[in-house]
Amino acid sequence: MNVVALSGSTAGSKTRTAMDYTAASLQKQLPDSDVTLLDLAEYDVQFSDGRHHLDYDGDTGYVVRTMMEADAVIIGTPVFQASIPGTLKNLFDLLPGDGFSGKVVSMLVTAGSAKHYLIAEQQLKPILGYMKAEIVQGYVFIEEKNFYQKQITDDDVLFRIDRLVEDTAFRTGVLTRIQEEQDAAYDF
Amino acid sequence: MQQYGIDESKGLEFGIYTLGDHLPDPHTGERISAQQRIQEIIEFAKLADEAGLDFFSVGESHQEYFATQAHAVVLAAVAQATKNIKVASSSTIISTSDPVRVYENFSTVDLISGGRAELVAGRASRIGLFDLLGYDIRDYEALYEEKFDLLRQINEQEKITWSGDYRAPLRNAEVLPRPQKGKLPIWRAVGGTPQSAMKAGYAGVPMFMAHLGGPVDAFKQTVNAYREAAAAGGFDPAELPVATAGFFYAAETTQQALQEMYPHVNEGMKRTNGRGFAKQLFAQGADTRSVMNIGSPQEIIEKILYQHEVFGHQRYIAQIDFGGVPFDKLRKNIEIIATDILPEVRKHTAK
Repeated sequence: MNVVALSGSTAGSKTRTAMDYTAASLQKQLPDSDVTLLDLAEYDVQFSDGRHHLDYDGDTGYVVRTMMEADAVIIGTPVFQASIPGTLKNLFDLLPGDGFSGKVVSMLVTAGSAKHYLIAEQQLKPILGYMKAEIVQGYVFIEEKNFYQKQITDDDVLFRIDRLVEDTAFRTGVLTRIQEEQDAAYDF
Repeated sequence: MQQYGIDESKGLEFGIYTLGDHLPDPHTGERISAQQRIQEIIEFAKLADEAGLDFFSVGESHQEYFATQAHAVVLAAVAQATKNIKVASSSTIISTSDPVRVYENFSTVDLISGGRAELVAGRASRIGLFDLLGYDIRDYEALYEEKFDLLRQINEQEKITWSGDYRAPLRNAEVLPRPQKGKLPIWRAVGGTPQSAMKAGYAGVPMFMAHLGGPVDAFKQTVNAYREAAAAGGFDPAELPVATAGFFYAAETTQQALQEMYPHVNEGMKRTNGRGFAKQLFAQGADTRSVMNIGSPQEIIEKILYQHEVFGHQRYIAQIDFGGVPFDKLRKNIEIIATDILPEVRKHTAK
């Protein structure tokens, strides 16, 4: 299994802190899988110009290829201006329209305030649905108050991340079996 | 239709196209050399010609897993090796070439072939060639529209005076040699969407419509949009030919055809397009209402006749060799087309 833990912002540190823990949890729970932590802050990703996803090169090409080769993606995102960051939307724009087809995608959201709780529900899920993701419906929402000096201080948050990782992994395995069973139904 | 060399009294024209892809055979994992691939394309054209097919075309793609970047050169060899079949591109990427040089090449292919050349001009679905050949991807649309228009003007006028944004002006320029019949049939490549088809229609240019898969019904909207746009542009849609192009594979039974072809399409798409072809979609391709012509000879005859009834098109072009299909299978397919499919299709579509 090929799992990507994506930190979808170039600003701030909370999402990266949460995704570091998420990646470690993935590695612990799935020792035989390839886990890639992809932090968009570490790459010089260009704006989408509409080209075929294979035609991007450099950092953009690496990021796009890593996403396309994943069986599962845990998207970590902050909330900026009551929405997802432009960096994350740009990553979606770099991918094909049904770029999440056959992939399990789950969400982890960090925000300064609980008022942003439904941003993922109302803004992120519709994009993932359009791009044909198999969405893990429940997401982890982490507030500012759960962080101290780039550490998560609340065990409940850690438990929720562990459960999100478990759900993502389990569903990816099941999705693979569904696909295999469906393909086996055809005699070619 | 006559000015485009199409005689509807003989029925639907049947052709072959290759993108010139150079991929391993997924059944063996082996890939033939580029030299062998090009020789086999020429041999494939010879077989199609000897079998009485109407049309053979070669595509231009400047990326990994393709071998016919210099497609006009390959077409010159095809022209020399064949006797009756029409030879064309599918497509020539006019956006990143000089229309004068393209016209010189294709009128030369026309003279080599004795008046059998045609040109299908497209704008590339991939953009690596913009970097390779020194063009800016931001000019994607503008380059295509300007250069396609210039190409058509060169075809219409023996002496041309022209100026534009992407090429040095031409003053009373003669573009030589001229093709045998004075003009080449020039088609606009359309990727299947109505928006793109309408541009061909407004300009009154023949439409070469490529499609991967899907219901015939859906592509009917594209054909309708094309003809409506042509009428709105002051052209008679009855005088404008439509060609459709897509996957084809015939075997004794539909099941066998699906079994043999699926790995080629799936693995070939993975390499050239980044993702495979879903089995579910491929299985639907066997349905009579699907635009994909994969199945037994009888099933394919029914499909092509149904497509002809719906589209009223003048030419169907089969892509058989995608994804490293071995040459003996190509030979077998040409045999099936010549003996089983072509006679029936012609009998039922001749006007």
